[in-house]
Amino acid sequence: MMPVILWTDALIFLLITVGITAVWYIRQRPHLMLPWQRVARSSVGMVSLLVLSLFLLVGLLDSLHFRAALPEKSNGQTVYSPEVLSVFDKLVSGLRSRTEKTYSAPLTAYLYAKESMEAPGGKILRDYPRLKYGGAHLADPQRELVGDVAKRALLGAAGGLLVWVLLIAAVFVSFPRRRESSGLIGLDGRSSKLRCARFPACAGMMENKTLRAVLIATLIIAALIGAIANLAAAYHVLGTDKVGQDVLYLSLKSIRTGLVIGTVTTLVMLPFALLLGVAAGYLRGWVDDVIQYIYTVLSSIPSVLLIAAAVLMMQVVIEMHADWFETAAARADVRLLCLCLILGVTSWTGLCRLLRGETLKLREMEYIQAAQAFGVSSLRILTRHILPNVMHIVLISVVMDFSALVLAEAVLSYVGVGVDPTTISFGTMINAARLEMGRDPMVWWALASAFGFMLVLVLAANLFADAVRDAFDPRLNRTEGVA
Amino acid sequence: MIAYLIRRIFYAIPILIGVNLLTFALFFVVNTPDDMARMQLGIKRVTPDAIEKWKQQRGYDKPLLINSAASGAGKITDTIFWQKSASMFVFDFGYSDDGRNISREIQTRMMPSLAIALPTFLIGLVVYVSFALLMTLFRGTALDIAGVALCVVLMSVSGLFYIIGGQFVVSKLWHLVPISGYGGGMGGIKFVVLPILIGVAGSIGSSSRWYRTIFLEEIGKDYVRTARAKGVSELAVLFRHVLKNAMIPILTGVVVVIPLLFMGSLLTESFFGIPGLGSYTIDAINAQDFGVVRAMVFLGSVLYIVGLILTDVSYTVVDPRVRLQ
Repeated sequence: MMPVILWTDALIFLLITVGITAVWYIRQRPHLMLPWQRVARSSVGMVSLLVLSLFLLVGLLDSLHFRAALPEKSNGQTVYSPEVLSVFDKLVSGLRSRTEKTYSAPLTAYLYAKESMEAPGGKILRDYPRLKYGGAHLADPQRELVGDVAKRALLGAAGGLLVWVLLIAAVFVSFPRRRESSGLIGLDGRSSKLRCARFPACAGMMENKTLRAVLIATLIIAALIGAIANLAAAYHVLGTDKVGQDVLYLSLKSIRTGLVIGTVTTLVMLPFALLLGVAAGYLRGWVDDVIQYIYTVLSSIPSVLLIAAAVLMMQVVIEMHADWFETAAARADVRLLCLCLILGVTSWTGLCRLLRGETLKLREMEYIQAAQAFGVSSLRILTRHILPNVMHIVLISVVMDFSALVLAEAVLSYVGVGVDPTTISFGTMINAARLEMGRDPMVWWALASAFGFMLVLVLAANLFADAVRDAFDPRLNRTEGVA
Repeated sequence: MIAYLIRRIFYAIPILIGVNLLTFALFFVVNTPDDMARMQLGIKRVTPDAIEKWKQQRGYDKPLLINSAASGAGKITDTIFWQKSASMFVFDFGYSDDGRNISREIQTRMMPSLAIALPTFLIGLVVYVSFALLMTLFRGTALDIAGVALCVVLMSVSGLFYIIGGQFVVSKLWHLVPISGYGGGMGGIKFVVLPILIGVAGSIGSSSRWYRTIFLEEIGKDYVRTARAKGVSELAVLFRHVLKNAMIPILTGVVVVIPLLFMGSLLTESFFGIPGLGSYTIDAINAQDFGVVRAMVFLGSVLYIVGLILTDVSYTVVDPRVRLQ
């Protein structure tokens, strides 16, 4: 096995490192913790964070890539397969490898298209053939299918519940005290009034609305995952696509692409926006003029067109230099990265303008003027005084942009300037499935799955973004209070 | 005001030059015309002769910035930059790859785009503002919370879903209007109804929520409290005071897009087969017709700048305190 680190993998892990460092840094400082505790007290925010972290987990597992070693060796040297797989592929290898001939509906045992088959008597008849894997264990699917599906779903859900109970028990056994004393997930003052003396943590939990919402959400998610996992072992839960690939597998794989577009884009645009926005606002004069000119030019081009033009050019470059890439996956990955870069370049202008405005306001504040009077250098004022005070704008716009970017990916892929056609993404899934709406009976499952997964991801992101904004935006809090 | 407008138009020139240089760099420096020729001809048929012929047909067989072979003014004018980029300032976009005049094509395709985009814009504005006003009127109640929740769900749905779902339900299941196509005159109405409806529905979530935020901000101000204290009814407060005072932030977001309506919508037009500028752009992207994409980029930024100027002018219309000088 040879580990492969694609560009986007590296950036994702860089982002994770930055995130962990930020968490560690914030936890040391109570004044920075304060708005986050407000987020932690919002039930909607925490439940959406839970859903997002599940998506993130799938995306992270899908970002650990490797190339498997082939069994035969040439001249004593190990030969690696040209196919780049991820840890996630390995985990769900069943889903990946059980491909049918063509379309099949969700949870069925028959193929979508009729085929000529030889009946026992030697006669040829046309009928729907059985699937190779989906429901293959059933002797008579016509009769047994519904019962078997229900049984498996129930068993799976029960298994999920069992895991949930064990997990929760483990959490409470291992930290019964900490939860109570440090108020980990925003246990507020009420937790001190403990009713149940024997299980203090348990009583505190019942009093806390947020914790209760999170527990119920985990319960539902655990049951759902259990049921789907158990069903997926014997059926295609969301059907199969044109070449017989499992739609559930495709949907899960799409998550990584969506996350990469939503996060890496921000990562690449953030330094530009921060540096230029703050510099323009603080230094003013010709620096301000130049920076304003740059972002006015960039923002005056309609973004879809600029993205289209840039992606077209990138395609030509990649096409002309096929020898730069060792594997097809590496090429698709570079294209994904380029798309992120292009999206970043076109989307930093809004944040830059906001930061410039805020810095203009901040530099007239007394404490900045005091610092200037003391002879503190510009660089130090920028990093010590201005930067920390515009961070809430950065954070809000980053979380708000995420969902827009995930949605944009689907549209761009449809327009033909999105990810590489071989990259599995929501956009490519929708693109492939949309022409099949005209078939009779209709092939709706691939389209529905892509839209469904995207809706859950974007909805969770939007709700979380709202919770973060409510907690961080001082202006918004005030107006909400008056209204 | 006239002097202000003239000054603004002069300010626009350096920005357009910037856009022009950017597209020029993107299209001719990142990839040389040779690369484009190879890409278009396909790997198999590439011979130096074929590339030369391709470039000659499209006028790409010139130096990029300075033609040292030519004499006099020809040193500058007989180059790719002058002929392909600078000529866009007088709206001469040249010819597309299938030999048609791009400017002419833009003129004929503008009307279908406008036929969809303008009603979508107007109906949308009325719908979003009314919905937002309704939520503001019932602010803090369960109705408002349900409205906001609905908005969040609606804005989380992909725009593609509205189009595909709308086409499927309205055209395929109910057979109310044709799935796609376009016709002029009164007979064409049946083609534009669905795209307009879907266009309005597509951004109802984000827009209504945005207007609601604006109204809420306005309703928390002192003059509203004074009006209420004088006994003005809640509805009158909303329409006579809040709506009027919220005009400035609304106009900031709305007027900018009016000129861009000419460009049409990429998605709607290509899904509904409307021969407007949006589908023209998509076709050009898919056919990798660089000339057309370049022209659309330039046109788009011109229209955007026009929109910015119109925004400033509109402020003076709704707020007499604003004076442009």
